[in-house]
Amino acid sequence: MSLKNKVAIVGADETDEIGIVPNMTPIMMHAQAARNALRDAGIDKSEVDAVFTCGIGGMASVQICEYLGIVPRYTDSTMTGGSSFVIHVEHAAAAIAAGLCDVALITHGESGHSGRMRRGPRGGGFMMDTSLPSAQFEMPFGVAGPPSTYAMAAMRHMHQYGTTSEHLAEIAVATRKWAQLNPKAMMRDPLTIEDVLSSRWIAYPFHIYDCCLVTDAGGAVVVVGADRARDLTKKPVWVLGSGEASTHQSLLGMDDVTRTPARYSGKAAFEMAGVTHKDIDVVEVYDSFTYTALVTIEELGFCEKGEGGPFLANQRTAPGGDFPMNTNGGGLSYTHPGMYGMFILIEAVRQLRGECGPRQVAGAKLACVNGTGGLLSATGTLILGAD
Amino acid sequence: MAEYAKPVPYPSPESQPFWDGCKRHELRLPYCPKCEQFFFYPRQFCPRCFSWEIEWRACSGRGTLYTFAIQYRAQMPGFTPPYVTAIVQLDEGPRLMTNLVGVDPSPESIRCDMPVEVVWEDATDEITLPMFRPATS
Repeated sequence: MSLKNKVAIVGADETDEIGIVPNMTPIMMHAQAARNALRDAGIDKSEVDAVFTCGIGGMASVQICEYLGIVPRYTDSTMTGGSSFVIHVEHAAAAIAAGLCDVALITHGESGHSGRMRRGPRGGGFMMDTSLPSAQFEMPFGVAGPPSTYAMAAMRHMHQYGTTSEHLAEIAVATRKWAQLNPKAMMRDPLTIEDVLSSRWIAYPFHIYDCCLVTDAGGAVVVVGADRARDLTKKPVWVLGSGEASTHQSLLGMDDVTRTPARYSGKAAFEMAGVTHKDIDVVEVYDSFTYTALVTIEELGFCEKGEGGPFLANQRTAPGGDFPMNTNGGGLSYTHPGMYGMFILIEAVRQLRGECGPRQVAGAKLACVNGTGGLLSATGTLILGAD
Repeated sequence: MAEYAKPVPYPSPESQPFWDGCKRHELRLPYCPKCEQFFFYPRQFCPRCFSWEIEWRACSGRGTLYTFAIQYRAQMPGFTPPYVTAIVQLDEGPRLMTNLVGVDPSPESIRCDMPVEVVWEDATDEITLPMFRPATS
């Protein structure tokens, strides 16, 4: 059984404020984003019978159901880092198609910025379980978290394929141009290639403008079956294809650090949707770093392996370019609270509904969405379409 | 011994032979006789063929720099940036996460695939860490 056209995303929204939001905790943002997404869908909270979430306590979906006052028929706390919420859409589609639930709510909320200042014990840190491989074989060498590891993957890509700092800077600059068209984006000042190349190093080969923001934000989407979707006021955004994959936790688990599991999740999503890369109107991919977007475009098959740099060069992905990508301004310039996948979903929905105002990609009917979580570890790909 | 400020590994039952080797300044890695290959990190089984008949064998301590990054911010307590994180590909096949030491931590001084060799950092009475430096011969 294929999941093609079985479900649609019918509601999508962020919290009222995103960026620096010190007066809200993560769980408050889950709730406010849920309210906003349900309002966008025109669906009452009492109809929600399934919750998909992660990143909030050890039993995330149970916690959120209690907090929102929902007694679910189905929950899923799948945690694959930033790709989680993209993968939740596939899981929701499967549950709805199997008749296990009808209205699926996927929620996110993180104080990526303000949480660093809060008092009290913090969970989920890298030091939690000293028996895990990364605690033994990576942390003692000062390797922990995304900048230190993604930089090593990017370095090998540069060595192996001739990718340059200029190639990476092209992405930062093009993404900033989209952010300048998005009033919700945090970073809207003009940015040039030279600005990027002359900025300070965070982890060579990454300049600071190669790295995503660290913000506070919440988001939510609502997924329902095809019949219900057609009854609602707003245009349904159909799930035409989906795929998920993970290949490793640590870079040490990768045979080739220049690859990502998007080559599997992307293949599955395109095959299910029955569309080709040339059919895609707008591309929303995870840009925790400029490199993440570059390598993902390769792995999804938009170009040959290793040619992402030249393929995305000359501001091709910027407004007016022939390969519109990360049209909200991305994790690089719009927002990135830690697990950014929710926000690429929201932007894809808005583009396919034609709600994006000055940054609208004209006539966008088909979007490719890819979330990347962990250390290039786990990906979810969706092909979404409007009628 | 002066107090060691960086995170130290806590050996687990399956990794103890590795850390015991390091303590003796010997790079001993798990080896699968069925696959005739080393693997890393240590497990009680081979992650390729899932055989639980594994051995520990000594490696030469020589390899190449598969990839690296120069960390300009301390990602962990005790580190003074800039420092070089690296993945070394041993001549025997497996890869280790490590630090590249004995080299100027600048983009001009380091390149992927350069030959490297192990050098030992005695961190505490119990723990010695395998670091790597540019090969001297």
